Amino acid sequence: MALLEVKNLHVGVEDEDIKILNGVDLTLDTGQLHAIMGPNGSGKSTLAAVLAGREEYEVLEGEILFDGEDLLELEPEERAEKGVFLAFQYPVELPGVSMTNFLKEAVNSVREARGQEELSSADFLQYMRERAELVNIDADLTKRSVNEGFSGGEKKRNEIFQLAMLEPRLAILDETDSGLDIDALTNVAEGVNKLRTDERGFLVITHYERILRYITPDRVHVMLDGKLVQSGGKELATKLEEKGYDWVREEAAAAAAA
Amino acid sequence: MSTSETEYLKGKASEEYEHGWYTDIESDKAPKGLSEDIVRFISHKKDEPEWLLDWRLKAYEYFEQLLESGHYPDWAHLDYERPDFQNMRYYAAPKGKADYDNLDEVPDEILETFERLGIPLEEQKALTGVAVDAVMDSVSVATTFKEKLKEKGVIFKSFGEAAKEHPEIVREYLGSVVPYTDNMYAALNSAVFSDGSFVYVPEGVTCPMELSTYFRINEQGTGQFERTLIVTEPGAYVSYLEGCTAPMRKENQLHAAVVELVAHEDSEIKYSTIQNWYPGDEDGEGGVYNLVTKRGICKGDNSKISWTQLETGSAVTQKYPSVILAGDNSVGEFYSVAFTKGHQQADTGTKMQHIGKNTKSTIISKGISADYADNSYRGLVKVGKNADGARNFSQCDSMLLGPDCGAHTYPYIESANPSAQIEHEATTSKVGEDQMFYCHQRGLGEEEALKLIVNGFCKEILQELPMEFAVEAKELLAIELEGSVG
Ligand SMILES: Nc1ncnc2c1ncn2[C@@H]1O[C@H](COP(=O)(O)OP(=O)(O)OP(=O)(O)O)[C@@H](O)[C@H]1O
Ligand SMILES: [Mg+2]
Repeated sequence: MALLEVKNLHVGVEDEDIKILNGVDLTLDTGQLHAIMGPNGSGKSTLAAVLAGREEYEVLEGEILFDGEDLLELEPEERAEKGVFLAFQYPVELPGVSMTNFLKEAVNSVREARGQEELSSADFLQYMRERAELVNIDADLTKRSVNEGFSGGEKKRNEIFQLAMLEPRLAILDETDSGLDIDALTNVAEGVNKLRTDERGFLVITHYERILRYITPDRVHVMLDGKLVQSGGKELATKLEEKGYDWVREEAAAAAAA
Repeated sequence: MSTSETEYLKGKASEEYEHGWYTDIESDKAPKGLSEDIVRFISHKKDEPEWLLDWRLKAYEYFEQLLESGHYPDWAHLDYERPDFQNMRYYAAPKGKADYDNLDEVPDEILETFERLGIPLEEQKALTGVAVDAVMDSVSVATTFKEKLKEKGVIFKSFGEAAKEHPEIVREYLGSVVPYTDNMYAALNSAVFSDGSFVYVPEGVTCPMELSTYFRINEQGTGQFERTLIVTEPGAYVSYLEGCTAPMRKENQLHAAVVELVAHEDSEIKYSTIQNWYPGDEDGEGGVYNLVTKRGICKGDNSKISWTQLETGSAVTQKYPSVILAGDNSVGEFYSVAFTKGHQQADTGTKMQHIGKNTKSTIISKGISADYADNSYRGLVKVGKNADGARNFSQCDSMLLGPDCGAHTYPYIESANPSAQIEHEATTSKVGEDQMFYCHQRGLGEEEALKLIVNGFCKEILQELPMEFAVEAKELLAIELEGSVG
């Protein structure tokens, strides 16, 4: 069944005459992992932000269904509770806010929404240790303030750790593979693979075919000027890696002219 | 910030003040207005020694002079009407005996008042490890754990009692750190102060428990003018906390306290404040004017004074808990969180005066503003010419929770010694939409997110509070942030 259906989505920026997404169509089934590639500024992060409910973007047309339900009706935190997770391209620092407090609030609000009981402090800490081990994140990081003073790579890995903690239905990874060293990259990929289940869907935004060698996508889409203009299997990523985006632009222009 | 957040933050201003109720007890009041007779009346009510009355009268005379020549301390970044000194009452005491020898004598209404504020006065119910002096309006109504402290030689009692029972100590130190000539409100306080706490820790003694005074304004139209004096003899240590609340009133109430701390050689005083006076309503009407003078002197070598404050209440706050670093190697610290919302205004900070050699001071100030509130840090680091090797570190961070509030920092440095090292850092941050969105994306609502972010911002300061009160402080901040989020 379709976990996520994006239909003819047009998005602009509130109060400004800017249009970013120009008719995105996308269907993701449960258990699937789709990759989205595309040049800088084509609208990938905007799509991710709109899915997560960022208010500065205005949906001009189209709809988004999550498990058949209208996602656009929901507040960002309600979407999170329903199981939408976004690993940010630029994770934010929360000075002085301990990872433990932050995640405890987060996990418990998601659990409450799912009709599960709040975890006791002891159970929570135990759970936190298990998940940290699963995605192989340095336990020291989980003792610090959220992203405060983390290196770029540490911030990215922390997003995967939070993904493991929150166990969402839909995980959107916005360039989580950028800026990682080789070991960290395989680490993140392993984490993602461990977290792939039949109930969970993944949308992986990336510039590099490299990560897709570790996590095999079911589909690869190309975003250009706010539209998904090409879709294919894994081999599409290889082709982009070799040839760049020029041919995509040409084909899109030809299709538009026709 | 998005509209819904702005709305939410606005909503917080209209939130009910938790301690806004009033206890209906008969009270013994002075008539409204200020005169020499009122000063005499207060002194008489308290059955004071002659020398103290004389001191009060001198202070009153000085106050009159300042008033006539218009010497108001109104240079701060604050905007409020000057108090009408003739239109308030300078003494109110719950009727009956002013100070009770035994808790059994304290009327039930008073015990209930403090119990409702979360300060049970019966020792068996009290927080373990905390002795409390409870002050209602102008008088101390009860002091707990007196006996236990007495075993160690620690004196902890109301100012009134101390003036009678330990006149030699009180007389030696009263006005020695904050003379009545310091400023208009210090002069006023010296003339009409009603009660407050007195602490004396003898040589070599570490006070076995936290000492705490809880101030409650109850009567209408009454100013609160308490005086606190803490003295630690060589090698002694004490940790002291004051807390305060007041009922909701349409008019503005004046609170003009004076606190004096004296630390002798190798001794340490840790003074913490949780200030939650009534801040006024959402239109900025009513609320307490909190205009207090707090200063400590590190008299002896290697002594230390540390001020920690959490300021969430009052319509107007103007206070600069300061340290005179006279002894060599002495240490002064100032840790502050000032949270203003609604129409609250705060101008607070500290003065660190380095006189002795190798003296060291640390200032960490966190200001948070929401709604239409204005929050200023004002600090002076002054290094005298003999203060070789003096060091100061100052950090002032401000956080704005909306588009209509303000934050200001006024750091002043005066150094007469080239060997001094003075470091100053300041930041202003807005709780960004990015931070809020990050929290929302993890399932946190507006309120939860703000609480986490604000608590995180204040963490360094809250850690400085004695453990017994750190929890209370966090809860208070949480209540401040709670709102009508729809
Ligand atoms: N809030 C905003 N206001 C104005 N323009 C915006 C806003 N958000 C995005 N844009 C613009 O929309 C376009 C798409 O941005 P987006 O961040 O979605 O691109 P992207 O595909 O994620 O790029 P990259 O690969 O560099 O991360 C860019 O031109 C960007 O400047
Ligand atoms: Mg992007």
